[in-house]
Amino acid sequence: MFEESWIMGLAGGLLIGSGAAVLLLMNGRIAGVSGILGGLIDEPSGSRTMERLAFMAGLAGVPFLYAILAGTPAINVTGSLPVLLTGGLLVGLGARTASGCTSGHGVCGLSRFSPRSIVSMAVAVSVGVAVVALSRNLLAWG
Amino acid sequence: MKNLTAFLAGGLFGLGLVLSDMINARRVQGFFDLFGAWDPTLVFVIIGANIPMMATWLWVARHRQSLLGEPLPGVPSAKIDMRLIGGSVLFGAGWGLVGLCPGSVMASLLFGYREALLFAFAMAVGFVAFGLWRSRSTAAA
Repeated sequence: MFEESWIMGLAGGLLIGSGAAVLLLMNGRIAGVSGILGGLIDEPSGSRTMERLAFMAGLAGVPFLYAILAGTPAINVTGSLPVLLTGGLLVGLGARTASGCTSGHGVCGLSRFSPRSIVSMAVAVSVGVAVVALSRNLLAWG
Repeated sequence: MKNLTAFLAGGLFGLGLVLSDMINARRVQGFFDLFGAWDPTLVFVIIGANIPMMATWLWVARHRQSLLGEPLPGVPSAKIDMRLIGGSVLFGAGWGLVGLCPGSVMASLLFGYREALLFAFAMAVGFVAFGLWRSRSTAAA
């Protein structure tokens, strides 16, 4: 399963990077999902609203078309309501506070060797590893 | 034209998230599970995504505006402050706890899973809370 997953990971990653490259090359914009969503919430009637909505329409709409044609992929997310809400809140607040998430820092920032992005991803991944280790080994969740 | 290229960019991004299986929270949590059954897929996704972007940043360094005549981003700030660290800690905690990030939840939002909608709702509350905090802190300063 790993043999297949790393090839698909690399291929999917190339598509993700190509999408980010199109936005930068054409629109001069950073493809950071939390930044684009946050911009829509902070200034809903700003001059960039249509461009941001168009990016989101592609991001949600093309996978939707894929799901219709190829079947809906499993997302295997916990069903626990408190965990989902806590996680979502932390991700939303944290990404905006850090000025970026996996797309803004992990794809757009790392690729230009931005020190802030390198630090942000190193910290976020370390905390993610700690949280998963705690929940699996100490609290014995899923 | 700007909206069309933004749609295309979002579409490629979303398709990549689906094909690489990064919308699968169990696989992302598997990457964090260093001390268990470690799943390295996310590393390959990040490598793959960084290749076209590195080439694009090299192009950006030699140009004044985008192909559609838009201004290009400037040199990134190098300031490592508590806001960056604290935000990354919160983000990493939520990312590890559920295995979803803003990109992956948006790409799977229309699949009809109640869990993705609930996570996205809480994430939007987090965005709004950040907006309120920032407008208060700029008003105070």
